[in-house]
Amino acid sequence: MGKGKSVKHIIDKEWCKECGICVHFCPKKVLEPDKLGKVEAVRPEDCIACMLCELRCPDLAIQIQTIGEGE
Amino acid sequence: MPNTNNIRFIQGNEACVEGALYAGVNFFAGYPITPSTEIAELLAERLPARGGKFIQMEDEIASMGVIIGASLTGNKAMTATSGPGFSLKQEAIGYACMAEIPCVIVNVQRGGPSTGNPTHVSQGDINQARWGSHGDHAIIALTASNHQDVFKVTVDAFNLAETYRTPVILLFDEVIGHMRERLTLPEEDEMPVVGRLRTSVPKGVDYHPYLPREDGRLPMSDFGSEHRYNVTGLYHDMWGFPSNDPGVVSELLHHLVDKIENNWESICLYKEHMLDDAEYILISYGSSARSALHLARNRRERGLKIGVLELLTLWPFPSEVVREKCANAKAVLVVEMNMGQVIAHVKNSVTNPSNVFLANRVDNQLISPADIKAVLRMIMGRGI
Amino acid sequence: MYDDSSAFDVKDYVSDDPRPFDFKDYVRGRYFPHMWCPGCGHGIVLNCLLRAIHELGLDKSEIVMTSGIGCSSRISGYVDFHSLHSIHGRALAFATGVKLSKPSLTAIVPMGDGDALAIGGNHFIHAARRNIDITAIVMNNRIYGMTGGQFSPLSGLGKKATTAPYTTIDNEFNVVELAKAAGASFVARSTTFHAREAKDYLKKAIMHKGFSVVEILSQCPTYFGRKNKEGDAPQMMELYKANTVPIGSKKLEENPNLIQRGIFVEDKDRAEYCEAYDKIIETAMKGNA
Repeated sequence: MGKGKSVKHIIDKEWCKECGICVHFCPKKVLEPDKLGKVEAVRPEDCIACMLCELRCPDLAIQIQTIGEGE
Repeated sequence: MPNTNNIRFIQGNEACVEGALYAGVNFFAGYPITPSTEIAELLAERLPARGGKFIQMEDEIASMGVIIGASLTGNKAMTATSGPGFSLKQEAIGYACMAEIPCVIVNVQRGGPSTGNPTHVSQGDINQARWGSHGDHAIIALTASNHQDVFKVTVDAFNLAETYRTPVILLFDEVIGHMRERLTLPEEDEMPVVGRLRTSVPKGVDYHPYLPREDGRLPMSDFGSEHRYNVTGLYHDMWGFPSNDPGVVSELLHHLVDKIENNWESICLYKEHMLDDAEYILISYGSSARSALHLARNRRERGLKIGVLELLTLWPFPSEVVREKCANAKAVLVVEMNMGQVIAHVKNSVTNPSNVFLANRVDNQLISPADIKAVLRMIMGRGI
Repeated sequence: MYDDSSAFDVKDYVSDDPRPFDFKDYVRGRYFPHMWCPGCGHGIVLNCLLRAIHELGLDKSEIVMTSGIGCSSRISGYVDFHSLHSIHGRALAFATGVKLSKPSLTAIVPMGDGDALAIGGNHFIHAARRNIDITAIVMNNRIYGMTGGQFSPLSGLGKKATTAPYTTIDNEFNVVELAKAAGASFVARSTTFHAREAKDYLKKAIMHKGFSVVEILSQCPTYFGRKNKEGDAPQMMELYKANTVPIGSKKLEENPNLIQRGIFVEDKDRAEYCEAYDKIIETAMKGNA
């Protein structure tokens, strides 16, 4: 896990409640709220797959997949 | 030589234990309280000896929680208590009603209210058994006046609990619980025992814990086996998940109440003594019924047309039975040791309530045939 | 030991299952989105717990989750395990019935402030005393959320709540000390900020054979946070980072009010209740032979 690897941000916008936890704690500022407040990965190429957004999401709305992980 | 191996001379509490073991009880949780403690003590010894489990919990509320959990996990579970403990259990009894969990709760009634008279008799918890828990619900409550019937209704209690997926209350009293009397243990297959009805839905297929079969029964699935589902005291959908939907709420409430009230004929047990031509009818239950029966037999010898309707099922109340049997009576005496609990329901059931009278005793002593006779003479206009 | 950007492997407790973790495998998706407020810490506890179970490779049909009443207790409806949503404060009693009946099951009991330490306090200390193999998760949000924000035995002094409009005069329980004193054989504390750590403590607690207590500080931004000016969910989690330290940290010398996180008790030698009762059955059955 690190720079240069492709990372997929799988976000369930129905489950997301726009709490802002993932946005606040992302060390690389990859995530931002969209027009409706739902989170989206605006700079996915900067993601280091630290997994903190997935680990700390109260809504189970975001999952990180690094390419090569089980499809 | 007659076979005396299956004859016991024991307390009523022990007769209840024998009945429970016969019915297949394999889990008991409880807290000591006079006059029910012997039930816990006997099961503490006998359950593990046959691979069953006993646990003394920190209070009566916890005991209910344990037996509900144990029943969900596939066991026939029971607890035993008396008045103050019975009051504590009410919330959990309501939970077992709502979540449709079979279990048996024994209340060996003592003097009340409050701490009352721990070592003396009363029959003060009849209405509480019906409405002690909040909200609309139905309940089954059985009682008995002699040890053979204590045994029998205990087996019945477990059978009804399984058949209707409901908690069942056994309302005994301190006299029955502590007195010693002969009990003949039936043979192994002599009395029917209803086993746990488990679902035949195979693994991997969606199982609905709260979707009745066509015959109205709800097969269960042991917690810990292949079907995972939710159990809650909230109104719930057929998967057991909470729901506020008005349709779901109405349907579930009707189901919970109707499944018992509509089946009263199978549930209402009673005994008739000399009722066919009776002009005077004593309605009684529990240890009071012993005195009622004694008096009735005594008066019959003197030519009085008197009989006894002995109730074994108190809830659902056998209104139809009472109305039918008392249709031609000149007077009905309800014999009980409280300030008049069953009498109100008798009055509601008969065509002529002004002919219904209370013969009671509330000084913590067993009501005697003479007590009943005094009331009877009054009613007959013969004074004391 | 734990910082917020390193991966950590709990080498003792790693499953052989190669499947990557997917929430949807472990929840009853038809009922999502769940009923918790945006930012509620309980969702993070659910997250940690599901991950812990996946990493342990446990079979979903071997797990019984028993809860009481309150926001915390709603967790049991959402998980795809055997779930028993019982009555307020009595979850441990219901769980005792299930566990004693079938000791091979994994019994997990998530509870809120009131469920565990108010109405449920008595059952909490007795379950600990028995050392029955149940994992109790105290989801401490210092408030009674479901009923609208009343104070709890975990709120602490000087806090505002709907039933303490002039602030509380009640001290709070120290859940770790209480669990220890009552006899729990595994006691740990973490927070929703320290999600990886919380997940690892949950793993250890579940695998521990005996009564395990994991207290997880979990934010209620809607009531506790708002009434006590602790900010929104991310800000409350920053406070968990700022106000807690690992056990024995040097920072405690300057500020003894910091809350310690870690494993406080891990006693593997205490007899477990169900096993002890199985021996009773053995003895009793021999008496018959």
